Amino acid sequence: METALALLVGILTATGVYLMLARNLLRYLFGLILLSNAANLAIFTAGRLTRASPPLVPAGLEAPAVAVANPLPQALILTAIVIGFGLLAFTLALIVRAYRRLGTLDADDMRVAEPRKKPEQENRHP
Amino acid sequence: MSWLLALPFLLPILAALLTFLGRGRPRLARGLSLGSCGLLLLVSLAILALVQANGVVAAQMGGWPAPFGITLVADRLSAVMLVVAAVVGLTVALFALSDIDTHHEQLGFYSYYQLLLAGVCGSFVTGDLFNLYVWFEVMLIASFALLVLGGERIQLDGGIKYVAMNLVSTLLMLTAIALLYGLTGTLNLAQLHLAVTEVDNPLAENLLAVLFICAFGIKAAIFPLFFWLPASYHAPPVAVTAVFAGLLTKVGVYALIRTFTLIFPAGDNLAHEILLATALLTMLTGVLGAAAHYEFRKILAFHIVSQIGFLVLGLALYSPLALTGAVFYMVHNIVAKTNLFLISGTAQRLTGSFELAQIGGLYRVSPLLAALFFIAAFSLAGFPPLSGFWAKFLLVKASLDQAAYWVAAVALVTGALTLFSMSKIWAEAFWKDHPRDDCASLATLTAGDRLQRLLPVIALALITLVLGLAPEPFIEFSLAAAGQLLDPGDYLRAVLAPPAD
Repeated sequence: METALALLVGILTATGVYLMLARNLLRYLFGLILLSNAANLAIFTAGRLTRASPPLVPAGLEAPAVAVANPLPQALILTAIVIGFGLLAFTLALIVRAYRRLGTLDADDMRVAEPRKKPEQENRHP
Repeated sequence: MSWLLALPFLLPILAALLTFLGRGRPRLARGLSLGSCGLLLLVSLAILALVQANGVVAAQMGGWPAPFGITLVADRLSAVMLVVAAVVGLTVALFALSDIDTHHEQLGFYSYYQLLLAGVCGSFVTGDLFNLYVWFEVMLIASFALLVLGGERIQLDGGIKYVAMNLVSTLLMLTAIALLYGLTGTLNLAQLHLAVTEVDNPLAENLLAVLFICAFGIKAAIFPLFFWLPASYHAPPVAVTAVFAGLLTKVGVYALIRTFTLIFPAGDNLAHEILLATALLTMLTGVLGAAAHYEFRKILAFHIVSQIGFLVLGLALYSPLALTGAVFYMVHNIVAKTNLFLISGTAQRLTGSFELAQIGGLYRVSPLLAALFFIAAFSLAGFPPLSGFWAKFLLVKASLDQAAYWVAAVALVTGALTLFSMSKIWAEAFWKDHPRDDCASLATLTAGDRLQRLLPVIALALITLVLGLAPEPFIEFSLAAAGQLLDPGDYLRAVLAPPAD
């Protein structure tokens, strides 16, 4: 099972990286989503996959009575998913806003902050 | 005691909530912002005093003993970083009163600013790797918002590049944390120190170390991962750039120092060689980039990159003296760099531009500002007896002690080139006449503006002077901090020992 998940993480990462190499920012974002899911799956797999009960302690006992699954990776993933969702939503909003103000989604055409021409040269040759 | 360690992030979070609720009432929001930063400074000083008196201090959140719960730890490095962060927070908060307009205030500038400080301080006190990730995210999301607040075209353009690179870095960090957890079964930094020695898998360890270098390296802006920084740092208002320049990249360096002293401590493995090579290349490319630019803030932004190289160099050399140099350099650099950005803001207000070709005449109309710039800039370049001289001296001495002569040579060449770009700014902005002869003097600002713009700069310049003229106690402190980093025995005892009661 671990092998299958490891392969899945690999495929997600490869696809994500391929998408992120595109100049189009929307593709970049989709790549990022895949990559973030790959990271979450990696945490899940790193916590070891066991066939066991949910990690619940029955009433009256100090520790679980039977073998239970590792709860820590699940807690970590939950945190990572929430954070990732917030960041991706912000990035999507930023990309939409940038598209409206800058008129392009092509990362190569976004040169407002770093213009190709130096301002002094522009002054000299208006 | 456990509450004291939580206060550095609880205070700013509380202030962020309150300023958000009070954003329609600017005077209240301003007062809250300043007050919270002032309290943060007091709390940080208290933690520093406690650490000086008692050694490493740890607190287990929620009463769960380590390694099961989240641990907060402060050793000398954490404590001094907290103090410096609070100083930067307070001075920039004061400067922001004059620099940030009402529109930005209503958009919630002060809330994001406080959240940023919470993320920075949280990163400094946490003793848990996953918790560090969470604080990085808090810091990042606040910095994203601050960077694009107002939505100017240049901000959106710079913001896209900043966000894109930093999201990659968080995912790398998350993956690295996942794999390290799979390898060792723990995320507590102190426990990791012990657990990694029991892992007999050099390949996995080296891969993980490289993954961590990439993840933290993007945030720290080391070569060749720094291109987002000069693409975005000149876009937002000066107060935002100043606090970014002072703190954000340094949190990345702090995380690198923690990782490569606690988790992967050996000084002679692959990771340390990579760190050494990137440190040298970072120093050189940063300073060469600065030499090629003619915009006040872009020059300073490339210098951030160059200075990060020195900090990483201290870690890569991995001797007591080198780490001492890194700690001292960090304090000196945060203070000087923030100050330079604040001065650039006032220079822009007086002369009308950041482009060096279009400004000038500052020395004649405001010699005070020129003197303050002189202190910060020439300290950065490493002029004796200013603080940068001692910082560079320690690092060069450390590299000579290890017979790494070419390392020392690169450091000295970088210092000389830094001097070149600083004198370029000096000659263009301060010395030559203003091309259109309309450089305003400080007297044209209102009394409130003058106070809010000059007081932070004077305070930071004084710190630079004190660090430079009386370096001995500070170097002494940095030596002790480096000692704690190289021998984490105290750290482990403080975190893992059962509580006394």
